[in-house]
Amino acid sequence: MSWLLALPIILPFLTAVAAFLVRSKGAQGRWLSVGGSTLLLAAAIALMTTVWREGVIAAQMGAWPAPFGITLVADLLSAVMVLITAITGLAVAVYALADIDTRREALGYHALFQVLIAGVCGAFLTGDLFNLYVWFEVMLIASFGLLVLGGDKAQLDGGIKYVALNLVSTALFLSGIGLLYGLTGTLNMADLHLAVREVENQGLLTVVAVLFMIAFGVKAAVFPLFFWLPASYHTPPVAVSAVFAGLLTKVGVYALIRLFTLVFTQDTDYTHGLLLTVAALTMVTGVLGAAAQNEFRKILSFHIVSQIGYMVLGLALYTPLALVGAVFYLVHHIIVKANLFLVSGLSNRLTGGFDLNAIGGLYKSSPLLAVLFLVPAFSLAGFPPLSGFWAKFLLVKASLEIEAYLIAGTALVVGLLTVFSMTKIWAEAFWKPHPAGVAPVLAAIDRRELTVLLLPVASLASLTVIIGLFPESFVVFAERAAGQLLEPTPYVQAVLGGIP
Amino acid sequence: MESILAILVGILVAASVYLMLARNVLRFLFGLVLLSNAANLTIFAAGRLTPAAPPLVPEDLVAPAESVANALPQALILTAIVIGFGLLAFTLVLVYRGYQVLGTLDSDAMRHAEPKTRRDPGTAETAGTP
Repeated sequence: MSWLLALPIILPFLTAVAAFLVRSKGAQGRWLSVGGSTLLLAAAIALMTTVWREGVIAAQMGAWPAPFGITLVADLLSAVMVLITAITGLAVAVYALADIDTRREALGYHALFQVLIAGVCGAFLTGDLFNLYVWFEVMLIASFGLLVLGGDKAQLDGGIKYVALNLVSTALFLSGIGLLYGLTGTLNMADLHLAVREVENQGLLTVVAVLFMIAFGVKAAVFPLFFWLPASYHTPPVAVSAVFAGLLTKVGVYALIRLFTLVFTQDTDYTHGLLLTVAALTMVTGVLGAAAQNEFRKILSFHIVSQIGYMVLGLALYTPLALVGAVFYLVHHIIVKANLFLVSGLSNRLTGGFDLNAIGGLYKSSPLLAVLFLVPAFSLAGFPPLSGFWAKFLLVKASLEIEAYLIAGTALVVGLLTVFSMTKIWAEAFWKPHPAGVAPVLAAIDRRELTVLLLPVASLASLTVIIGLFPESFVVFAERAAGQLLEPTPYVQAVLGGIP
Repeated sequence: MESILAILVGILVAASVYLMLARNVLRFLFGLVLLSNAANLTIFAAGRLTPAAPPLVPEDLVAPAESVANALPQALILTAIVIGFGLLAFTLVLVYRGYQVLGTLDSDAMRHAEPKTRRDPGTAETAGTP
């Protein structure tokens, strides 16, 4: 049992070490990364099935009983996040076979990538707040490395801003941990669930809650703390941006969901009300920011911000249906966003740039790529029958249920504006003829390279179609996951071993 | 004792915010160093201070006879210091490299990732064409 929980962390670390040792040997490192990611996917599936069958599972590391040691714990939300991390990791690892140049490989790209995956999995699986901080740091340092690896001017520029703002958030997170420990005397999240009720000064607890909200808000890139994201996500190689776009901000959202369903639920009027305002503003500013951009990846980056708003909205409404929507949205968004970034990479290969003014003609010359862009783009905007439609449908329905018409309207309008941005990319990159007269055909890329570039894009695209066509089983799943979030007793019992 | 530390943390945070508001990235970095130290001191103070009482259990007892210092916050701080040291060392190198490559420490002048659009209202049609 404990192996099952530790494997998603151990496997990427082992792969990282192995990949670092052969970093100058090109192909070996690449395939090690793919192999390690495949093993991780197998481990994640095993974890998922076990959690689905047996409910919440927990393991005490080093056999120190909770709440004194470090606990790894997986409920359905953790398990599905690990699974989706593994899927994205594998897709990007395959894509990286043809996307990362040998110079970056020799500098240790594959090792850093695997460390990043390990950090993300660790953050999803840990049941201890300080341990969560450690995983955040593992993830951060790996992402710092990946972001500036290669040392282009734009990369260093974006990197400095990314590093600076994320380190401030880390310091706030750490202060929050210190204050929460001072109030409750524990940092085990299940134990905190019980301990926060006994805190005399509940007002102080709300202050600490807001401190955490700001710290995770920076990581999740919500309004008004998102500025590091559009400043940096378009600078590294596409394989790096894709994994960042898919996973990193979602770890922040996950941490918000975890803490604000398990620990900080004593003053939901204030905390979740604040989150609701933040969610609405995040959706709107993100989508408006995207409308002003004219660079493929920058548009997509601003859309990450806007979409984060939807997930936070699901948490902020704090009704069963809204949480179902949030879980569904998380999974859907990771797949779609990573996919869109990968498509932007292919488009860059064919047309020679990301600037929408300088590219075009993809629809005529590479209709296959056009289809592969349309699927995730429409899914992002929420067209039926793709996964994004159901995700938005659940959230809008949840807000209508509690008669939050304003927020439901905002969500719908933002969806509409998303279509506008996607249409802009479509019209500029795909429809209009290339300004320099280049006719970019897919066949121009070396056949082997083309396969590894298209394979992950096509798989992720079919995943969003499958979720869209058969949403029932996924909704049932999300319902169970949300049920566990709203009723944390099994979680607490699994960690503390029946003490409560 | 706690109140003295609390005031110290306040001063450190104030100084770090002042430094971090500067456009010079190096000053920002110094502000960050102060902020991470303030966070560490917060954990230290939040763990309650008990002077001159090491957390040792006498040989014939299973628990300490009187209240002793809390060792856990100190373990947390040690971890945080090590991690923070690594991150700050990385950031320092990054800023130095940035200075070498970008030729500036002024964050306002760092516009390589987000170049100012050269677009004037009149020339919107032609902007961006190579």
